[in-house]
Amino acid sequence: MSITSVSRVNPTRPGGNRRARPARSEARRRHVPYLLLLPGLLWLGVFFVVPIVTLLGTSTQTRVPGGEIGEFTQTLRLANYWDALSRYQEHFGRSVLYAGVATLAALIIGYPLAYMIAFRAGRWRNVLLVLVIAPFFCSFILRTYAWRQILADEGTVVRTLKWMHLMPEGASLTATSFAVVCGLTYNFLPFMTLPVYASLERIDHRLLEAGYDLYGGPWTVLRRVTFPLSMPGVVAGTLLTFIPAAGDFVNAGLLGTTRTQMIGNVIESRFVDLNDYATAACLSFLMMAVILALVLVYIRRTGTEELV
Amino acid sequence: MRTGENSTRTGSSLSLRGLTKRYGSLLAVDDLSVTIPKGSFFALLGPSGCGKTTTLRMVAGLEDPDAGDIRLGGLDITHARPHRRPVNTVFQSYALFPHLDVFENVAFGLRRRGRKNVQPAVMDALDLVELPHLARRRPGQLSGGQQQRIALARAIVNQPQVLLLDEPLGALDLKLRRQMQLELKRIQTEVGITFLHVTHDQEEAMTMADTVAVMNRGRIEQLGRPADLYESPVTTFVANFLGQSNLLDGEHAGDLGTHLVVDVRGNKLRVPRSRVSSRDRNILVGVRPEKIRLRAPEEFVPENCNRLSGGVVLDASFAGVSTQYVVRMPWRQDLTVFSQNLGIGERFPAGSTVTVAWEPEHTFGLDAAAAGAPERPRTDPRES
Repeated sequence: MSITSVSRVNPTRPGGNRRARPARSEARRRHVPYLLLLPGLLWLGVFFVVPIVTLLGTSTQTRVPGGEIGEFTQTLRLANYWDALSRYQEHFGRSVLYAGVATLAALIIGYPLAYMIAFRAGRWRNVLLVLVIAPFFCSFILRTYAWRQILADEGTVVRTLKWMHLMPEGASLTATSFAVVCGLTYNFLPFMTLPVYASLERIDHRLLEAGYDLYGGPWTVLRRVTFPLSMPGVVAGTLLTFIPAAGDFVNAGLLGTTRTQMIGNVIESRFVDLNDYATAACLSFLMMAVILALVLVYIRRTGTEELV
Repeated sequence: MRTGENSTRTGSSLSLRGLTKRYGSLLAVDDLSVTIPKGSFFALLGPSGCGKTTTLRMVAGLEDPDAGDIRLGGLDITHARPHRRPVNTVFQSYALFPHLDVFENVAFGLRRRGRKNVQPAVMDALDLVELPHLARRRPGQLSGGQQQRIALARAIVNQPQVLLLDEPLGALDLKLRRQMQLELKRIQTEVGITFLHVTHDQEEAMTMADTVAVMNRGRIEQLGRPADLYESPVTTFVANFLGQSNLLDGEHAGDLGTHLVVDVRGNKLRVPRSRVSSRDRNILVGVRPEKIRLRAPEEFVPENCNRLSGGVVLDASFAGVSTQYVVRMPWRQDLTVFSQNLGIGERFPAGSTVTVAWEPEHTFGLDAAAAGAPERPRTDPRES
C-alpha cells in the first residue's frame, strides 16, 4: 500500500515545477521591501535629513560684525548652545512643565473616555469615535481662539466661578498659564484618546472576567489587569501628546502672556522677528535633545517593549 | 499540594434550582435544577448552544440568571458579584494574564484576598501541575498544554468550594487531551474540590466525571453515572449523543416475565423492562453497534438472542482493532455494527447477506412519541 501511494504522489508533486525558477523570484522578493520603503526614505531624506543638517550648520554660525541684520557666517561656535540654554532655561522648564501637566490632564480625561467608548458604548461606539476627532474639522487656530472666549472675564466660566466664590473678584483666567495648559490639553486630547482606545479595544474580555473570577473587584481589575494591558496605548498617547505639546507655540501665543512663553514661542520670534537664526537653531536642537532624553527614560521605565 | 487532609473542608455541594437565562427570545437555560454533591467530578455534556456554558457562567457570577437560585453549601450566591464567590474558573482559552509571569498569574487570586506569603502556596500549585520550573516565564512563552496547566493551577491555588472548568481541554490536540484527562482526574482526587466540568466531548465527560448530565436545549435530558447513561439512555438525544445507537421502530407486543416483547417489522425482540423508558405502545428499540454480532444466514444463533435476518453488508471499513459494518435491513434502514477483529481477514465483505443478533440484556427501549425529530433513526436519505 505504501509503495503505490508514493509512486502516485511523486509525479504530481507541485514542488518539482516550482523549484525550476527559484533564483529570479527569490531575488525579486528580497528587493520588494526596499522598493516599498523608497518613497518614504526619499521624503525623509529631502524634508528631514537635509533640513536638519542645514539647521545644524546654522546653529554654530555667528553674526557678521557690522553686517546687515540676518547676515551670518560659519564660525563653528559651540558656545552658542550654552548661551541659548542659559538665556532661555526658564522657557525650557516652562515647556516641559506645561506639556507634562497637559499630558497628565489629557490622560485623566482621555482614559475614562476611551474606556467608555471601548467597553460601554455598544452600538454608539463609532459615533463617539467620530465625535472625538470631530474638532479636527475646524481650524486649530480657530479652536484655540475659542478658548479665549470660554475663559474670558465676562464669560460664563469665570462668572460662575466668581459667583461660587471659587475665584477672587478681579482675577481672570485669560493670559495665565492655566489658560495655556487648558488649550494644550484640549488641542491634544484626541491624540491621547485614540491610541488608548485602540489598545483597550484589543483587550480580551475573558481576561477581565478572569480578574473578577480571581477575587478582583472592579477597581482592582482596572488597576491590575485593564490598565497594564492598555499600557502600549497609554505610552503612545502620552508621547503623541507630550512631544508636540512641548514644542507648541500657538497655545502659549494666543492664550498666554510674555510670562507664560514656551520654547516654541522663543524659537518662532528668534527666527521670524529677530532673524537670530543661530540661537533659534540651537534652541531647536536643545529641545529635541531634551524630549529625546525624556522619552527614552519614559519608555525604559514603562517597559513597553515587553508588551504585545 | 497538601490539601488532601483538608479536602473535606474545601469542597462544597452546589445546588441549582429552577435556573433560567434568556437572551432576547432565546431560552438559553430553561428551568434547570440539579444538585452537585460535595467533592464530586460533575460533567455538563451537550452540543454547542445547549446552555451548558451559560449555566457555568451563572455559577461563576459572570451572567445574571433571570430566575432560579444558586446555593453553595448553605449559602445563596445567586446574585453575588463574581469576586465575592468562593468559586474559580478554568477558562476555555485559559485567559492567562499576558502582562504577568506564571508565578504572578497563579498568585493573582491569593494576593487579591490579601494573603501575605504566597510563595509556598503558589509553588505547591505549580508542583501539582508539574511545572514549577516555569514560574518566571510569561504565558506567551508556553505551549498550549502548559498554559492549560497554569490556568488550572491559578484556579486551584485558591482552594475554591467549586472549580468550574469551561471546555478546559478543547484547544489541545488529541494525544495531549487524553493525557490531561487522566491528569485532571488525578488532581481532582488529590485536592478533593468539587469540579463542575462543561464539555461537548462525550469521551472527555465519560473518562473523568463521576456523574454526567447530558444537556440539550437548555435542559438536562438525563443524569447519571457515565456507564448508566451509555447503557440505558432514556431519550433518543442521549442515545445518539453518547456514542452511536441503532434505533428501530417497534410496537409493544406482549410481556415475558422481566422482559417486554416488541414487534419490529414482524421480528419479536425482547427488551428488559427495567431499561424501557416508554409507557407508550410505540417503542424505539435501541442497541449499541458494538453489542451486535454478525452471523452468516446459516450460522447458529442462540435461541434467546434478539435477531434480525436478511441484512446486506453495504460497507465494511477496517479500523485495526475493529471493523465497522453498515448493514442494510430489508426495510431499508442501515444499522451500524462494530465487530472486534478477533480473527484475520474480513469476515463479511460488502454484499454478503448476514443476520444481526444481540443479547436481550443489551437492548434498551425509548419513547417513540417523545423522540425529537432531529435524532430519528438513520435511514438512507436517498430512499426516504
